[in-house]
Parts: sequence; C-alpha cells; structure tokens
Amino acid sequence: MIQTITFYLFAVLVIASAVMVIMSRNPVHSVLWLILAFFNAAGLMVLVGAEFIAMLLVIVYVGAVAVLFLFVVMMLDIDFAELRAGFIKNFPLGIAIAAILLAELVLGIGAYRVGAIELGTPDGTSAPLLDRSNIESIGALLYRDYIFLFEAAGIILLVAMVGAIVLTHRKGPADARGQQDIGKQNRRRPEEATVMKQPGIGKGVEL
Amino acid sequence: MTEFFQSLGMNYEFAWFTATIAGVLLIALPLMLAVAMIIYVDRKVWAAINLRRGPNVVGPFGLLQSFADGLKVFLQETIIPSAANKGIFILAPIVTFTVALAAWAVIPFDAGVVLANINVGLLYILAISSLSVYGVVMSGWASNSKYPFFSAMRAAAQMISYEVSIGFILVCIVLFAGTFNLTGIVLGQEAFGLGLINAFVVHPLIFPIWVMFFISCLAETQRVPFDLTEAESELVAGYQTEYSSMSFALFWLGEYANILLMCSLNTLLFFGGWLPPLNIDLIPWFDIPGIIWFLLKTFFFFFMFSWVMATVPRYRYDQLMRLGWKVFLPLSLFFIVVISGYLMATGHFGGAA
Repeated sequence: MIQTITFYLFAVLVIASAVMVIMSRNPVHSVLWLILAFFNAAGLMVLVGAEFIAMLLVIVYVGAVAVLFLFVVMMLDIDFAELRAGFIKNFPLGIAIAAILLAELVLGIGAYRVGAIELGTPDGTSAPLLDRSNIESIGALLYRDYIFLFEAAGIILLVAMVGAIVLTHRKGPADARGQQDIGKQNRRRPEEATVMKQPGIGKGVEL
Repeated sequence: MTEFFQSLGMNYEFAWFTATIAGVLLIALPLMLAVAMIIYVDRKVWAAINLRRGPNVVGPFGLLQSFADGLKVFLQETIIPSAANKGIFILAPIVTFTVALAAWAVIPFDAGVVLANINVGLLYILAISSLSVYGVVMSGWASNSKYPFFSAMRAAAQMISYEVSIGFILVCIVLFAGTFNLTGIVLGQEAFGLGLINAFVVHPLIFPIWVMFFISCLAETQRVPFDLTEAESELVAGYQTEYSSMSFALFWLGEYANILLMCSLNTLLFFGGWLPPLNIDLIPWFDIPGIIWFLLKTFFFFFMFSWVMATVPRYRYDQLMRLGWKVFLPLSLFFIVVISGYLMATGHFGGAA
C-alpha cells in the first residue's frame, strides 16, 4: 500500500517537474525544476532497492552537474523578445525532431509488445548476485567482469580532461597576472613592500 | 521504538509510522535547542579569546541571549524586496534549513540509537551536504542584488571544490572500516589503536587525512578562514543581505546545524563515536552512556571550530581555490593510493574481507 502511494507520488512529481522544465519561461526556474526531477528519480530508485545508484544520482547530478548548470544559466543575460523570435525560426526543426522522437517511441513500444529479442542463453556468469548489498554487487561487476571496459572508460575520461586543460591553459610570461608565486607572496616582509618617506612641507614625494 | 508503540495496541505499519515521527521530533527538537546554546557558546569562546565578556545580560551568565535573539527576529517584519524573485526568495531559507536537518537522520548517537540505519549512510551524508549549496545559490540569485549574487557564485565554487576532497577522504575511511554504514564504521574503531584506543585517528596514515578533513569541514560549512561567502568587508552580509526576520533566522539555524553535523562526523569517523577513548575499564568508563561520550566529543570539535574562528584571519579567494584543488585534491588522492597499498600489504580489510 505505502509502496504504491510512494511510487505514484514520486512518479507524478518526476513527470510534472519534467513538464515544468520545458514550460517555465525563466531558464533558472527550468534548472530548478530539473533538479526536482533528478531528486524524485532518485526516490524512485530507492523504491526499487537500488539505493547506491540513487545516492550516486544525487551526489553526481544534483550535487555537482546541476550546480554548474545553474551557475552558467544564472549568469546569462536573457532577452525574452529575442527568445520568442528564435522560436518561430526554429519551429520546423523542432517539429521534425518531435516527430522522430514520437516515431521512435511508437516503434519501441510496438517492438517491445511483439516480444523480447532473443539474446542467447545466459551462461551464468552475469547472474544476479543475491544476498549481497548493492555496493558489493556493483563492485564485483565493475572490477571483475567488466574491468577492461571500466578501465578503458577511465582512460578516455582522463584524456578528455587533459585535452580540456591543454585547450584552455595559456602560458603567459612569468610575471603576468594570474601566474602567481604563492610562496613568494607569503615570504614577503614589510621591509620589502613599504618605504618610509618624510617629505618636507611644500615638497612632493618622489616615488 | 516500533515495539513500544506495538505494545500499546497499534498494528505494525501505524506503530512504525508513529515511531518514526517520534524519532524525528526526538532528534530535531533537541537539535534546535543545541543550536541555540551552541551559538551562545560560540560567542562566549570568541569573547574569551578576545579578552571580552561576551553575552552576559539576558538571564544568568547571558544564557538566554540566543532565545532573546530568536524572539527578536520572530517579531520582525518579513521584507521581500520588490525586485526579488518571490517564490525562490522564500524557498531558499526553507531549503537550507530542511537540508541541514535531513542529514541528521543517519547519525548514530549510541549503539542502535539512530533514526535510519541504512547501508549507504556515508553516501547519504555526502548527497545531503552537496544539496546545501542550493539554499545559498537560490537566495543569492533570487535577491536580485549584486552582493548576494557574488556570494552565491563564491559559495557554489567553494563547496563543489571541497566536496571533492571530502569525498576522497571519506573513501580512505571506508577502506579502513570496510563499510558505508556509520554504525559499522564506529564499531570498526573499537580497540583499533594497539588494542587499546578506540579511534581511527591514532593510525599514522589516518592522522594527516583527519587534519585535511577538519580543514575541509571548515570550508564546507563556510566557517571563518573560509567564510568568503559572507565576508562583511567585501560583500556586506553575502547571500543573507536582503533577508530579515524568520527567513534570516532559518539561514542561521541551518548554518549552525550544519556545523554541528560536521563536528559529529569528525567524532564518528575519526574519534570513535560513542565509544569511550580507551578500551580498558580502569574507571567505570563503560557505565557512562555512549551518548554522553558522543556529545562530549562533538562539543570538543565545536570548541575547535570556535577557536579557529577567533584565531585566524580570512583567506583570499584565489588561495582558497588553490588550497582545494592544488593541495587537498592531489594529497587525498595520494593517500587513497597509499592506504589501499598498505591495506593490501597487511591484509587488514576491516569487516569486508
């Protein structure tokens, strides 16, 4: 009983906030609705017993990705008139994408109702590990069965990160702004930074 | 507690529901009282270090000062700026306060005294503490004013940076304890140091990561060396500038509830939680209830937070970012490698092996 109520609560909230993401006029409101949708999706995952995935969803998407999203969207200077002008221009493309998505949905559900695809008989290596916690089963899968794919994904991400840093990092001359030597800053004493001048009356200070 | 309500003649579902509500109230109400008193302690410690008297007018020794302040803000008028985004402006303090309370659900105060003894307790704490940035960011944006907006930008960057290092530090502890469950982590510390000391922190590999954890906690809760989000010399009062009355009070309560949470995390993860410091029964240590030990240790860490607040000056913002990304992140990654190697070599894997 309580599971049913909770499921419908989370499910309705996910769908409602997903609708609000595209309906709300203000982009910041959209991002906040998106966060609510993430959060309720995490609730649904807890309900099916995947608490580890739910926590990861909150930590990674809500806690880090959505904050950066919000960060960027908040700094945008939005001109609503310009947005509406763009709406008419992009309307045919939007309709085309919507039609493709609808066709995919209809085909997908149709194919699903015809029957499952034959994938061969499982050999037992990937059988669900019962009487184990979520974390242990995921760990066993990632680090034993799919170790190669997992490590490959890690290396690809590392290369992408190095690439992003190489693209944005500019090495200027050593004394340029932004190239600070923190140790030098901390070693600085008052004698090097300030001078005592006692100018006579009516005479300027020579710097 | 469910059994107690069942013995009163309720069926299981209703007894569970009543017990959970009672548990929530049993944690939240004393927590609010603790926050009020801890603000008083904070001001007294700060005053003592500055050779001042601190609050000493309202009630004996000024004990009722926080309640007088609370009554004052309660009676003030709630002002909503006309240029503000009303819904989010009102929602922001509510989010801050709710999130600060929600994390307490998995904190064990004693053996078995915990509202939700879940498997992924530590991950839950990480998830909830990563949410607390939203209160600040939403208030900063919705105020539609320069200083709160700068403050929100700073808070977002700062909290994401330090969450990364906190996450890696927690991984080290999980490696030692072999579980994400907070009760399991505390029990893993029993007789940890030479069969005598009930604390992870005595291990030479854990002490440095505790130091990093403590500093990251200061940054995560925006306490003094890292309180750039409300730096009064630069940003008036940061994200709280436009708030008054109860919405301001909710920010305050949430902030201090978060600080207490970080203090109790220090206690649970590194200093043996509700266990007495030594595992020998010289004086009747084990007769003292565990919750007393827990609260004493937590209070000690709060004292350290106040001490830091009264002692050190504020960081510069670029140095704060440098410390987070260029010092703590590589160091904590390095410690994960070293600790995993150490555990592999010694074959000591907590409860998991």
